[in-house]
Amino acid sequence: MKALAILAIAASAHAGPARVGPGVYHPAFPASPAERAIDVPAFWLDREPVTNADYLAFVRAVPEWRRDRAKPLFVDADYLSPWASADALGGLSPRAPVVRVSWFAARAYCAWRGGRLPREAEWELAADAPELQAQILAWYARPTPPVLPDVGGAPNKWGVRDLHGLVWEWIDDFSATLVGDSVCGAEANAARDPSAYAAFMRFAFRGSLEARDSVASLGFRCAYDQEPSR
Amino acid sequence: MAELTSAPEVPAKLFRRHPAHVIVNLTVNEVEKEISPGVRYTFWTFGGQVPGKFIRVRQGDVVEVHLKNDPANKLPHNIDLHAITGPGGGAASTFTAPGHESSFTFRATQPGLYVYHCATAPVPMHVANGMYGLILVEPPGGFPPVSHEYYVMQGELYTSGAYHAPGLQTFDMQKGIDERPTYVVFDGAEGSLVGDKALTAKTGDTIRIFFGNAGPNLDANFHIIGAIFDRVYPEGGSLAQEHVQTTLVPAGGAAIVELTVDVPGTYSLVDHALFRAFNKGAVGQLRVDGPSRADLMSGKKLDIAYAGGASEPAPAIETDGDPVLQAGESTFAHLCANCHQPTGLGIPGQFPPLAHSDYLAASSDDKIIGHVLHGLQGPVTVLGTTYNGAMPALGYLSDADIAAVLTYVRASFTAKPSRVTPEQVAKIRTESEGVL
Repeated sequence: MKALAILAIAASAHAGPARVGPGVYHPAFPASPAERAIDVPAFWLDREPVTNADYLAFVRAVPEWRRDRAKPLFVDADYLSPWASADALGGLSPRAPVVRVSWFAARAYCAWRGGRLPREAEWELAADAPELQAQILAWYARPTPPVLPDVGGAPNKWGVRDLHGLVWEWIDDFSATLVGDSVCGAEANAARDPSAYAAFMRFAFRGSLEARDSVASLGFRCAYDQEPSR
Repeated sequence: MAELTSAPEVPAKLFRRHPAHVIVNLTVNEVEKEISPGVRYTFWTFGGQVPGKFIRVRQGDVVEVHLKNDPANKLPHNIDLHAITGPGGGAASTFTAPGHESSFTFRATQPGLYVYHCATAPVPMHVANGMYGLILVEPPGGFPPVSHEYYVMQGELYTSGAYHAPGLQTFDMQKGIDERPTYVVFDGAEGSLVGDKALTAKTGDTIRIFFGNAGPNLDANFHIIGAIFDRVYPEGGSLAQEHVQTTLVPAGGAAIVELTVDVPGTYSLVDHALFRAFNKGAVGQLRVDGPSRADLMSGKKLDIAYAGGASEPAPAIETDGDPVLQAGESTFAHLCANCHQPTGLGIPGQFPPLAHSDYLAASSDDKIIGHVLHGLQGPVTVLGTTYNGAMPALGYLSDADIAAVLTYVRASFTAKPSRVTPEQVAKIRTESEGVL
């Protein structure tokens, strides 16, 4: 019964991704002058980050992504380490965002759901919130709490929740912007526009990641090219 | 394994005659600490303290740096050591996600005192939040022995609230960009080298201070009131200058200063850009114990020709056996006597007298408590002379400390002594919080 209830919650959390865009994304670090403004076609995005319950349903359906079976090429030693066991959450909240998943695992989950990870331009367009910059910076400045809160924050203008203030999120092209290798150059570049500081810190964070890494404050959500069928 | 120390301690002198392979383990912790009592801030640290651990190696050493980023941390971090010649100073090699560890090695080819800091974007924010420290690369043979070595590092804080605004403060990016720090402090917090935490020495001691300036914006004008540096290695380099009063230390730079202390008493370490010392926290203390040296500096000789009505010093009071008066006397000596003088006579034209002060006599305890809590700016008339200065806010002192020092001041300098209680101070503190 409990498993069924969890699956029901998991399904309801995805009762319909939100339509985001079309819009124009202005990257903090354009790769070329032509990319200062990037048209983003409309896409669909999960309204909430993937939860522990969602991910538990996935590893039960696709056991090769259980933490005791996943290939070390694709996950690090801490993959799903907060869970009590390979197929049980223990005391973790099923509604809390799943964390300590690798980019490979997140991609596999989204493919299983008929979607994919959002791209940088899509995620940043959906999350653009200059009015929240001070709160976002304050959140970035604080360590991760020992117990993550559940998903379900206030929806933004697209109807999407928890893009800020809960966990970092994987994106498909997380390593495309090389902040890590050109820290100071990128720094000088972005510092011209203080309103880009929050985005700047996301690029720094993403730049520190390898695709098999897991991090205690890093989760994900999925995107879709078409409105998914219910 | 390198011995690492937190400020103001310095690792023991190295006696190795040959270079070695040295392992340096640094852990990055994002921790909430106090800037000043009641003022909290989330610092990002190398090793849980600001500044980060002091690293001491020998020229020629191969240094293996391990950087561990605590799993609870929100952000990636890295380290750029100015002691390295090579692009980024280690920044790219140590770029580390939360819950991960990186390592790399470098050879310490050039002797000197160097700053290290986090160079993760946005770099100025990581530095302003506390991610800096010093690494000393000692030349073969090292420095001559001294009685004490200390580690002092200046840094700025840019908080969302005003100076001494209580509660958890966040980083104010605009103040950072405008180069308007809320605090300029030594060793990570206001008062971190004051009172019980003062640097200590005995008369005749020689002292070497490894002084760093993290910035991220301001140059430091390092000065010790009442001392002359026998020797300064400006910018942490190899050549020494002698007989220096104030040494300029650029942001992201360091200096080694050496001094001899012959006269006992309390010496104040300051940034001699003085508003930073009086109004932003850049004050530390060096307490020197030992017999007086009248041949070098007499005590106050009461030779004041134009002091208005304040020419009579107050009689010294007996504090023995009264712990409140003793505590008050100590606080007065450390914090008040620099300006008001041990005699309470002040300095004519600069600092108003407390002894025989009509202003003090006419002011209620509540009013005087307010002056200590919040400082006093602007003109004040005492015994017919108008003083237009700035008394620093001392609100970081505890209620009991303020009560004790005011009880001592009343007992020493007022015809009608009164006991000021910590409860009175707490009341005024609470009332004024509502106003500020």
